[in-house]
Amino acid sequence: MSALRVVKSGEFDLVEVRRDFPALHQKVHGKPLVYLDNAATTQKPKAVIEAVDRFYKCDSSNVHRAVHALSERATKAYEAARSTAKHSINARSEREIIFVRGTTEAINLVMNSFARPRVKAGDEVLISALEHHSNIVPWQLLAEQTGARLVVAPINDHGELILEEFERLLGPRTALVAVAHISNALGTIMPLHEIIRMAHARDVPVLVDGAQAIAHVRVDVRELDCDFYAFSGHKVFGPTGIGILYGRESLLEQMPPYQGGGDMIRSVTFAKTIYNELPYKFEAGTPHIAGAIGLGAALDYVSRIGIGRTAAHERELLGYATELLSAIQGLRLIGTAREKVGVLSFVLDGVHPHDVGTVLDRDGIAVRTGHHCAQPVMDRFGVPATTRASLALYNSKAELDALAHGIRRVKKLFAA
Amino acid sequence: MARTLKEGSSQQQNVMSDIEIADLYQEMIVDHSRRPRNFGRLEHPTHQAEGFNPLCGDKMKVYVDLENDVVRDIRFEGEGCAISKASASLMTETIKGKSKVEAEQLFARFRDLATGIGHETHLGKLAVFSGLKGFPTRVKCATLVWHTLRAALEQTPGVVSTE
Repeated sequence: MSALRVVKSGEFDLVEVRRDFPALHQKVHGKPLVYLDNAATTQKPKAVIEAVDRFYKCDSSNVHRAVHALSERATKAYEAARSTAKHSINARSEREIIFVRGTTEAINLVMNSFARPRVKAGDEVLISALEHHSNIVPWQLLAEQTGARLVVAPINDHGELILEEFERLLGPRTALVAVAHISNALGTIMPLHEIIRMAHARDVPVLVDGAQAIAHVRVDVRELDCDFYAFSGHKVFGPTGIGILYGRESLLEQMPPYQGGGDMIRSVTFAKTIYNELPYKFEAGTPHIAGAIGLGAALDYVSRIGIGRTAAHERELLGYATELLSAIQGLRLIGTAREKVGVLSFVLDGVHPHDVGTVLDRDGIAVRTGHHCAQPVMDRFGVPATTRASLALYNSKAELDALAHGIRRVKKLFAA
Repeated sequence: MARTLKEGSSQQQNVMSDIEIADLYQEMIVDHSRRPRNFGRLEHPTHQAEGFNPLCGDKMKVYVDLENDVVRDIRFEGEGCAISKASASLMTETIKGKSKVEAEQLFARFRDLATGIGHETHLGKLAVFSGLKGFPTRVKCATLVWHTLRAALEQTPGVVSTE
């Protein structure tokens, strides 16, 4: 692989950005690491690693409890992270920002505390055909428990939601719409404005699974007008085990707690417990304090680079990669939406994705192979699995050249 | 000086990783994955089972015609990676004419080879899988069909899983 060129588009300095991520500068099987599995999880910048490190070295203590200095510092840092998240997605107040384990827990929280109490047998939850399992299975659990029905809006051959079908399926029994912002398997950006407008015209609340969006596009919950928005820290350069559920305050107020325990109460007697105010009502037990602080640092990092500049860089990479991969004979891209982010899912004639992944790994190239926790998407395109290269702000054109070179090597190895 | 050393060792590693890939995807394995032997259904099998690897979604069906505890005929069906298809193909070739006990012994030896604790002796063509020891994440691809065979011979009801 040739040395990295200094690429400057606006103020985006790729060499500078890459310097921020220590994990990128290693060799894997003797080759420079080419990390293209960002839709699974992202690498962490020094700012995040140092924030977590600093907490454990200096401020480690519990939040919202003691009067001592360490607890005060921990509480301050934890709440500052909430504030950062609030600004990052433009929520109205910190009361709408709930720390959870990740997108999956956020969706399960909404299922348990919002949907289950109000859904009746025969009601419907409308999702799309490109959802991740984490935005399918909770609703199947709800259906089992309440007799509600799961309704799935179809996608076309490019992997785009068929909006007319979606609107047709929004019916008098639709209790909730739950859709991804961006597909993890295909990269499709969903037409959220239209989806939310159509749903709200029928008084149907909308949950958005933002796991794949938060690191790649601007997220503004007020402008979107969504009712819930969920994302994971580790997909936006933050730690694992921490994420955010945004909820419209008026809805969160009506919802019962998700879990009971410490921190989520105002007073407890054996006769009656009074719950804490928002957002603490939904944060039972000692939270992942270090994770929250790390997530705050990650969101700060993203805003320092600028999501607009990030998106522009990734768009350029996506165009370049699409051209490179399309030129490889026998390679079929799965997911060719007009509006998409840097996800390149593909199948190679006569070669199983796992073999592609193994050969690429020995070239130092990390890609994901398999069904990407989206088996219905694989079924829709009639493939058991795909190989997926997914981009982030620190990827370069040279890395995409390495990918294309690696794929050609795979082809040669398995040539008839 | 230090830099030269580093480059030297990285070149060695480069070569190593190419050798490992060549070790894994030996010609015989690629050939059997492209043209699997004994592929398809067996009409009226005495034993059969279905195997599933939930990590990758690979599915494998094994049909056996067993007479007096000896495998008279064996075929398989399924979709999977080169390793799993070649493993199934070579297993069916090897297992034909063997007794249940011999099949069990072969499986044990094959597993030891794949995980790097055993040797290539008494394995015949199956020795071609010795390259697997450098790829721990791929061992299950190769053993899925063997687990499925065992389930068939034991007539374990339901679907067996590598997990």
